[in-house]
Amino acid sequence: MPRRTMVEAIRDAMDVMMARDDRVVVFGEDVGYFGGVFRCTEGLQRKYGPTRCFDTPISESGIVGVAVGMAAYGLRPVAEIQFADYMYPGYDQIVSEAARLRYRSAGEFTAPIVVRMPCGGGIFGGQTHSQSPEALFTHVCGLKTVIPSNPYDAKGLLIAAIEEDDPVIFLEPKRIYNGPFDGHHDRPVVPWSRHPLSETPDGYYTVPLGQAALRREGSAVTVLAYGTMVHVAEAAAAETGVDAEIIDLRTLVPLDVDAIERSVRKTGRCVILHEATRTSGFGAELSAQVQERCFYHLEAPIARVTGWDTPYPHAQEWDYFPGPDRVARALQSVLEGG
Amino acid sequence: MTTEWQSLSLHVPGPPVRPGDRPDFSQMQIPRAGEVRRPPVDVAASDIHDLAYSVVRVLNRQGEAVGPWVPALDVDALKLGLRAMMKTRAFDVRMMMAQRQGKTSFYMQCTGEEAIACGFQTALGTGDMNFPTYRQQGLLIAQDWPLVDLMNQIFSNQADRLRGRQLPVLYSAREAGFFSVSGNLGTQYVQAVGWAMASAIRGDTRVAAGWIGEGSTAESDFHSALVFASVYRPPVILNVVNNQWAISSNQAVAGGESATFAARAHGYGIPSLRADGNDYLAVRAVADWAVERARRNLGPTLIEWVTYRVGPHSSSDDPSRYRPKEESDAWPLGDPIERLKKHLIVLGAWSEERHTQLQAEIEDEVLAAAREAERHGTLHDGPRPSAADMFRGVYKDMPRHLREQRQEMGV
Ligand SMILES: Cc1ncc(C[n+]2csc(CCOP(=O)(O)OP(=O)(O)O)c2C)c(N)n1
Repeated sequence: MPRRTMVEAIRDAMDVMMARDDRVVVFGEDVGYFGGVFRCTEGLQRKYGPTRCFDTPISESGIVGVAVGMAAYGLRPVAEIQFADYMYPGYDQIVSEAARLRYRSAGEFTAPIVVRMPCGGGIFGGQTHSQSPEALFTHVCGLKTVIPSNPYDAKGLLIAAIEEDDPVIFLEPKRIYNGPFDGHHDRPVVPWSRHPLSETPDGYYTVPLGQAALRREGSAVTVLAYGTMVHVAEAAAAETGVDAEIIDLRTLVPLDVDAIERSVRKTGRCVILHEATRTSGFGAELSAQVQERCFYHLEAPIARVTGWDTPYPHAQEWDYFPGPDRVARALQSVLEGG
Repeated sequence: MTTEWQSLSLHVPGPPVRPGDRPDFSQMQIPRAGEVRRPPVDVAASDIHDLAYSVVRVLNRQGEAVGPWVPALDVDALKLGLRAMMKTRAFDVRMMMAQRQGKTSFYMQCTGEEAIACGFQTALGTGDMNFPTYRQQGLLIAQDWPLVDLMNQIFSNQADRLRGRQLPVLYSAREAGFFSVSGNLGTQYVQAVGWAMASAIRGDTRVAAGWIGEGSTAESDFHSALVFASVYRPPVILNVVNNQWAISSNQAVAGGESATFAARAHGYGIPSLRADGNDYLAVRAVADWAVERARRNLGPTLIEWVTYRVGPHSSSDDPSRYRPKEESDAWPLGDPIERLKKHLIVLGAWSEERHTQLQAEIEDEVLAAAREAERHGTLHDGPRPSAADMFRGVYKDMPRHLREQRQEMGV
């Protein structure tokens, strides 16, 4: 089976859908001729022409706003925000418009848009190229929020997102665009080609939204993670020898609560990971869900390992990033507890 | 649907040329130096609409200063301008090299655009405030702000006044009238308007200058800035640096094909003009005009500086992927340093030898500053800001949850 990087898988998903469905249009800052600053749309303008894939003015409110208008007309816009950190001018269009159009018009108008955006740190991008704003989307009713951790899922989830009839926020952890990253920043970069999940079938396939994936089966503790942190969790489990069950959530809303409940009932322990800041992060929602559904099965308090509650710093990037050592400590302390 | 109309089609603009094509600036209409009139500072916006479609220029091809906009600058002031521009360029060369050597993560040059920031700064006074973008290092260098200080920030080292927390080149220097640079485009343009409104509310005499690239004029904040400036008429100069390229998209994608950026001010009734951003004398003259308007309580002015981004967008960019390599050489407004140098030579106040000598002096100065900064550390080497610094400054006083997180980290 062909192997793809995350970037190639994402590009292929758009390519497949642009070929299958002429309502699919792709646009954003630098996505046309140049193919995007991370190369996710490279070649699409050449292949499908400048009215199917084009550069936009530097205006995130404009990008999301026109996407909503196009979607209401009947197109399937896939908009790119150059960095998730720059989505804020478009946030009003996402929250007040895209997310609620179906509800407020009783289904007369809908906004089936996909808004793709690279997120997360690990590239010394400082506070404006490193953020993980997923919780700002999961808190909004009417949005679906997706965050893949590998090329196979990225392609299948993006195709599913484009086919989805509601607006989807598609977060792409940029640190794993070109290779899996387990948080050991001082080790040589590993390419995707050596990872089994870089095998992505050609052509059309989907990974349905709302389904988590089991990355590692285990009995001692459940680890809930998504995006880059899935790889960090795998490294921490391997290094500590803790028999962790690692669940890659893949879609945050709608959440696969069955997968979570099944696992925590089995292990009786739960560690939640995300790179985003802690307070009111998505981990708080996960923790509440686990408590509500599995309280009588828990043998230790739920633990969260997250970014600190500060803007993403530049020089202190690796002090900030919740790497494998912090995850390992949490795994061990949750095992000792109870 | 049957109609008498033909099918619609979408207009998607792009640059006239791409890599492999011949550079083409034939669309640009450039008047001769000295040709554009100089209106009184209290002119009505509607009386200078034509100036938004022209270009104020002072230095002609022969290196002479001509026409009504020639600023009253003596030879020493011109030499200082030349020095500031040369220093800015040498600084950029050295810092780009440092980035390539891994001493920092990121760098942004302003090569070819030096006259704008270096010239503009000299029109401001103490207490005025710039709200710059990442490409206005010249505002600081023209004030002889210590290069070491800028380098410490770029290296995110132990002496970095921003404690390693901010991306390189997003400086902050309050004493120099240089507002903390945001990484989010356009946000500060409207803040400049607010700062100027505050000066008027308090009855002060300070003025503000907003800065934005032509690409970023697409952001809503640009338009908010103009409407507030139009309504309250605060003492603000709204600078648009049109260097032809955002990243890979040229000015047409920002709307430059349909109207000039200066013409955006027309709908708001704000006086606006375009000026040759590669002409140090034109920059100073137009800046003086706009600053005088602000100081006399005549309100905002929008200036579009016409220039060209000679270097890559940033150290992460490779412009040969989206524009012809030769485009920079074909740029019709020339190089700001060469043009001022020629003017000084024409005045009999400068020579090739003195220029070469000054260049060498400046390179030594920049190198010495880099050595000193490196003694305080570079991004991956030597002394660095502490992990504890990461938790400071989120709030004035560190709240309990951050104290606990810092303790959890053991710093
Ligand atoms: C809100 C926001 N959107 C996108 C970006 C990414 N970005 C950084 S610089 C840039 C191009 C800006 O071009 P322009 O305004 O013309 O200024 P120039 O770089 O040419 O000086 C882009 C798209 C950003 N920093 N902030």
